[in-house]
Amino acid sequence: MDVDMEGPKNNIISMLTDPEGRNLGTTFDLPQAAGPKELHALVNAVLKNEETLPYAFYIEDRELLEPLGSHLLKHKVSVEQVLRIVCQPQAVFRIRPVTRCSATISGHTEAILAVAFSPDSKQLASGSGDTSVRFWDINTQTPLQTEVVHKNWVLCLAWSPDGKYLVTGSKDGEIILWDPSSCKPVGPALKGHKKWITALVWEPAHLETPCRRFASSSKDGDVRIWDAVLRKSVIILTGHTLAVTCVKWGGDGLIYSSSQDCTIKVWETTQGKLVRELKGHGHWVNTLALSTEYVLRTGPFDHTEKAFKSAEEIKQAALKRYNAAKRDSTERLVSGSDDFTMILWEPAVSKQVKARMTGHQQLVNHVYFSPDGRWVASGSFDKSVKLWDGFTGKFIATFRGHVGPVYQISWSADSRLLLSGSKDSTMKIWEIRTLKLKEDLPGHADEVFTVDWSPDGRKVASGGKDRQLKLWMS
Amino acid sequence: MPQGDHIELHRKRYGYRPDYFERKRKKDAREVHKRAAFAQKALGIKGKMFAKKRYQEKATMKKTLAMHSERSNRHKADDQVQEGAVPAYLLDREQTARAKVLSNTIKQKRKEKAGKWDVPLPKVRPIAEDEMFRVIKSGKRKTKQWKRLVTKVTFVGPGFTRKPPKYERFIRPMALRFTKAHVTHPELKCTFNLEIIGVKKNPNGPMYTSMGVITRGSIIEVNVSELGLVTPAGKVVWGKYAQVTNNPENDGCINAVLLV
Repeated sequence: MDVDMEGPKNNIISMLTDPEGRNLGTTFDLPQAAGPKELHALVNAVLKNEETLPYAFYIEDRELLEPLGSHLLKHKVSVEQVLRIVCQPQAVFRIRPVTRCSATISGHTEAILAVAFSPDSKQLASGSGDTSVRFWDINTQTPLQTEVVHKNWVLCLAWSPDGKYLVTGSKDGEIILWDPSSCKPVGPALKGHKKWITALVWEPAHLETPCRRFASSSKDGDVRIWDAVLRKSVIILTGHTLAVTCVKWGGDGLIYSSSQDCTIKVWETTQGKLVRELKGHGHWVNTLALSTEYVLRTGPFDHTEKAFKSAEEIKQAALKRYNAAKRDSTERLVSGSDDFTMILWEPAVSKQVKARMTGHQQLVNHVYFSPDGRWVASGSFDKSVKLWDGFTGKFIATFRGHVGPVYQISWSADSRLLLSGSKDSTMKIWEIRTLKLKEDLPGHADEVFTVDWSPDGRKVASGGKDRQLKLWMS
Repeated sequence: MPQGDHIELHRKRYGYRPDYFERKRKKDAREVHKRAAFAQKALGIKGKMFAKKRYQEKATMKKTLAMHSERSNRHKADDQVQEGAVPAYLLDREQTARAKVLSNTIKQKRKEKAGKWDVPLPKVRPIAEDEMFRVIKSGKRKTKQWKRLVTKVTFVGPGFTRKPPKYERFIRPMALRFTKAHVTHPELKCTFNLEIIGVKKNPNGPMYTSMGVITRGSIIEVNVSELGLVTPAGKVVWGKYAQVTNNPENDGCINAVLLV
């Protein structure tokens, strides 16, 4: 690179490392004027990538946005030792932030409690307090089908990772399976839980395809594993003494359940035995997040719109995506609690607390790992959203702007944008690169209960107490 | 009815009669028949009273039987679907009802322009000038009477500095200066202690408005940022009007009702 440089031509001895800390190549003598563009070309050459992949560079956890010299001066980084530059690969595709509300669709007669896009982003389903489950057509932005089968509020919604089933859970403990292609329920309701369903999660596609098993957690303290084909609950995991607030199915086949009895239990799924119990919180554990959660939810589908023909193909594609997202690190779990703190665990390895993430001034309602697993975002009732490092649990930034408790958060598929919905009826999009507010999405007339960003990044759906489903696009 | 415990004492000392339990059992069994016979034969007021008592007994017994048998029969879930649906993460939490910005901002702007408001107290007692001001005599011989002392509660802004005392005509005593008001939200019926931003209108005249005098019925603007209200356009509301509902100079505090 021939760059006309002015000023002292000091070279900086630096070493490029990957996110896990391993060195890529040897030390380099970089000129002061080298910026992200030059480093980008260098990294791709060193790693011998066939196509140039985008990277983000971090020196001492601060992103490098300007030429090296000025960055070092500004942040007073010492050049006595070899400068370590961490290269984080970024998503190849870039998602545009949504800016406007393209449609406000009414239809529900009570507050909308759950909204979810299918993993291939082609369908949208919503559950509401008027006991109906509605399917919406994304292209024409109109209602597609309404089904009133549940007898009480529809609290949770979960699409299977291969897109073949939708499962909904309601306040009276009943679970109904749906066939999304015909928008009709498959068989009668699955009864078993005695109180309301708090969370539903499917088995990852790379463990078994076509997707059959899913887990449900309820206020009565059990987690049940159901088989969609046999239509009954195959294993019941009891152990929690109070309500189970959240359940997640890990990529290695373990089930994690968090409860109001302040513990998190790790179960294995062949026999339903308790593997580990993670204690550390002082109050109800409200929410869980897995580092590979986004990939497990979307299964084989990614930003390239491929159609899969056979179950084997789906399994292979899902496995490939899972391995790419996991790389060499173990699966990390973050739990958010009513005691205003979050804890980072590595549940497959040990039951010790890996890092305690404090800072919120009110209870933490929702935590979510970014799709590439690098960041964790947490929304809390103290009106702020905090961003933490996904590997170490270190605090990075706070996003302030909401004037009411933050209820739910959602990431865009490229991990560059974060969306938060709050009780003050607005949603806000925050940019991770600049750590600032990107877009403000007002428009709801009342509290926003649920938000979802479609996996292809084109649309955002939100629903709340004002009974309108809003679709947003850029 | 035997009074005293001599029966128990006897039982403790000598035990029960040998045939006591059998006799008791048989007597209780005969009770049922005796009752039935009485119910059938009793006439007049006695019969009516017994019948009424008996009917009440039967009704309660039927209810308890139904309750016991409920456990065994499975009936269709007919639990009523409650109002006010909340998502799973809010189900175990009690949430206080929050204030919403109900009025349309355009309508509000139009109302402001017209100067007409839907206020809780449309008419207030007019206050005469001699009630509002007290004459302060000044000068070496105390003959000059051009100074006035305001006897009602006033609001002066944070950057208020008095005019030089020699020239100030209206004296606003510090004891009657308030910065906060107890504002009640009319729908939620809860009261907040909010800061006053300014006095918008005093019904007794524009002079009092410009002086910042707060009497019953005057409209003040309060800082509502702690309520967390958001307009439909997404802007945060931080100031709203409220009307004063008490006589602050008598009570020592300002009570107001928020105008939504």
